[in-house]
Amino acid sequence: MEPTDLTPPPAGSFWNDTGRSGITSWIFSTDHKRIGLLYFYSVFGFFLVGVLLGLLIRIELMAPGRTIMGPQAYNALFTVHGVVMVFLFIIPGFQGSFGNLVMPIQIGARDVAFPRLNLFSWWLYMAGAVIILTSLFTGGGPPDTGWTFYVPFSERTGTNVSLAVFGVFIVGFSSIITGVNFVTTIHRLRAEGMTWGRLPLFVWSLYATAWVQILATPILGITLVLIMAERILGTGLFDPSRGGDPLMYQHLFWIYSHPAVYIMILPAMGVISDIIPVFARKPIFGYRMIVFSSLAIAAAGSLVWGHHMFTSGMSDIAILVFSFLTFIVAIPSAIKVFNWVSTLYRGSISLEAPMLFALSFILLFSIGGLTGLILGAAATDIHVHDTHFVVGHFHYVIFGGSGFAFFGAMHYWLPKFYGRRYAEKPAVIAWALMFVGFNILYFSMMVLGLKGMPRRYYDYLPEFAPLNLTSTIGSWILAAGLVLLLVNLFRGLRHGERVGSNPWGGATLEWSIPTPPPTENFAEEPVVTHGPYDFRGAGIP
Amino acid sequence: MSSERADNHIIGYGTLTAVWVALLVLTALTVWVSRHTPGIGHVWGSLAIAAAKGGLVIAFFMHMRYEGRLLRWLLFLALVTLVIFIGLTFFDVLYR
Amino acid sequence: MSHTPPKDHAGAKLGMWLFLFTELLLFGGLFLLYGAYFARYPREFAAAGREMHLGFGTVNTIILITSSLMAAMAVTAIQRSGRRLAVYLLGGTVLCGAIFLFNKYLEWSAEFSRGIYPGSPLLATVPPGESVFYSLYYVTVGLHGLHVLIGGALLTVVAVRVGRGTIHVGDFAWLENGALYWHLVDLVWIFIFPLYYLVL
Repeated sequence: MEPTDLTPPPAGSFWNDTGRSGITSWIFSTDHKRIGLLYFYSVFGFFLVGVLLGLLIRIELMAPGRTIMGPQAYNALFTVHGVVMVFLFIIPGFQGSFGNLVMPIQIGARDVAFPRLNLFSWWLYMAGAVIILTSLFTGGGPPDTGWTFYVPFSERTGTNVSLAVFGVFIVGFSSIITGVNFVTTIHRLRAEGMTWGRLPLFVWSLYATAWVQILATPILGITLVLIMAERILGTGLFDPSRGGDPLMYQHLFWIYSHPAVYIMILPAMGVISDIIPVFARKPIFGYRMIVFSSLAIAAAGSLVWGHHMFTSGMSDIAILVFSFLTFIVAIPSAIKVFNWVSTLYRGSISLEAPMLFALSFILLFSIGGLTGLILGAAATDIHVHDTHFVVGHFHYVIFGGSGFAFFGAMHYWLPKFYGRRYAEKPAVIAWALMFVGFNILYFSMMVLGLKGMPRRYYDYLPEFAPLNLTSTIGSWILAAGLVLLLVNLFRGLRHGERVGSNPWGGATLEWSIPTPPPTENFAEEPVVTHGPYDFRGAGIP
Repeated sequence: MSSERADNHIIGYGTLTAVWVALLVLTALTVWVSRHTPGIGHVWGSLAIAAAKGGLVIAFFMHMRYEGRLLRWLLFLALVTLVIFIGLTFFDVLYR
Repeated sequence: MSHTPPKDHAGAKLGMWLFLFTELLLFGGLFLLYGAYFARYPREFAAAGREMHLGFGTVNTIILITSSLMAAMAVTAIQRSGRRLAVYLLGGTVLCGAIFLFNKYLEWSAEFSRGIYPGSPLLATVPPGESVFYSLYYVTVGLHGLHVLIGGALLTVVAVRVGRGTIHVGDFAWLENGALYWHLVDLVWIFIFPLYYLVL
């Protein structure tokens, strides 16, 4: 992980200033930057595992019938793909990696409020991940329930659901701890002059996200405990033959798992709100409204879980209520999109890699969001529920949205921490490949869904074959782009051109300190005198 | 934040003991109510008494009465969230 | 680690409260289930509730309230530099917790011997709502018992540290947060008690 280059990073940077040496200086470090990188490499490693599984799913679906695996293996594959991507990559992703790396610096703090707890949260995350992976190779084999662990199947299947669920429980605990840590940090450790109105929008988004983590994750915790109780003790709380109600499981599960979608997307929106003004050379348009919309999305997003249950047999009144509430979430989301576009208007836009990812975020997220309204309206949902349309929609929001924002953040912030940057042209080519591949891959899925192809099916009718093949080819283009991105980025971070303290001309605090940042971040506690996007105030031309 | 060391409020043993007595009285009351109120009324009665007891514990034992506005609002937020989770679920439970 | 920032007492407390919110919502999920099933099976819940040992429930309520009082007094004691008193009070709290768990053990043994436990053959024959009641009871009270255990362990550590003098009048965030956790355990029980023992 350390740069193997000829010249070591300048003395005093967080890379060499440490009491320990070797691997222990990382896995026992309480420095938020080191924990951030630990998290980054862990979540990104699991992302690559998830990508591999996703590619295998697409290869299996390339043609009708058996292509490379049997139905049971296929069921396990999409379950593990979902569990790894959701619980091990994207939920801890932003908070753990970029949240840890830049949030304390952005608010002018030396570290987070509870540094040891921060390290503990990474350890819990890794423990949970190891347990989840163990569940794949032990007991009755990898879980085959889908990442939602729906009862009654999850109670009855002979696969290793209990262990996987326990692993997810541990990861959830880690997520809660990060949330507690971040809310406390943002309340208590802001530097002098860092008023709430001067917080970078990425910090605001982390703050909103942390609240969702605190208030929603415990419900997931209890849901998972109940699955284990059902399987191990036979409590029968969701078993209709003993008076239980399977729908109550779905309620509990989605009370967490819908807000969890906002844990995945809110920090991504924060990244975009930080990147766009820098590359448009213009203060963000409507700072207050973006802050408000982050909080509003977190709040309203907690009220809409029922839209996952329109076809489950829930009461009609509930369907109406949840459908209505779902439409409310569209308002703050649209506010954000309009504000980003208004920021771009008459800006002096430079199309560098982070900006390209940010711009494609706006487009892909808008497609994902608008198709979400089709799913949020009960009438149309009944037509496309549990089809590939849902899969396409979800990936547009989470991969096209959060995923692309994650890549944008990698190009935007990692050079700051490595002191070196990637080559621009290959980064742009990688972005273009990914953008094209992405749309081929997932737009085909949405069309397939509208034509009636169900999700999670191993086999399909011959008329779906051409689009499935198209989709699979798209996945290869996307993967090719990803490989290029990785090679270019990580080569650049090791051997690339050196960067100064402020390569992009940003006005947030992380650009005001040396590159790579010193261990204590700031030589003395900074006094903040200007807003996060006040380029003139920061003395940036 | 306004709560800078204002949290060093000391609650006397007398106050704490008085709260304890109140809690015991309420416990006795809740048992009595459950025995002597017919019908569904005692469920709401019991819950109201439980809420009162919880309020005493939070206000005095947990010092919330002497905390700044921030913590109070956050507690309110957490409780409202729980109420919303339960309340919205009842749109399904009651009308199915 | 050249220099550690000064201790942020209010920050530690804020963090603890945030954590307590997560505990509230954890049990909140179970209360949600209780509410939903109670709405569906009011009669069965009442019938099953009548089988509960009101005596055990009431005694345990009193024990927990008393333990909470002592935990709160321990905070007052440390604020007044009464180190020895604080240790005694914490010891009393932990002792109460142990008695609580022992009572729980007696109560559960009695119920087990009557064939009431999750997945038991007896519960397969009773009306469905009653089986749900007992399952919820065991999960909720079991989880609560686990919290009593954790809280007891935590307060034991705190008591030892008070005794050694690493927790003192100038820095008692650990004691305060430990006590907060214990009060939460009490708070949850305050709601469990009427819901399970008094739904006659």
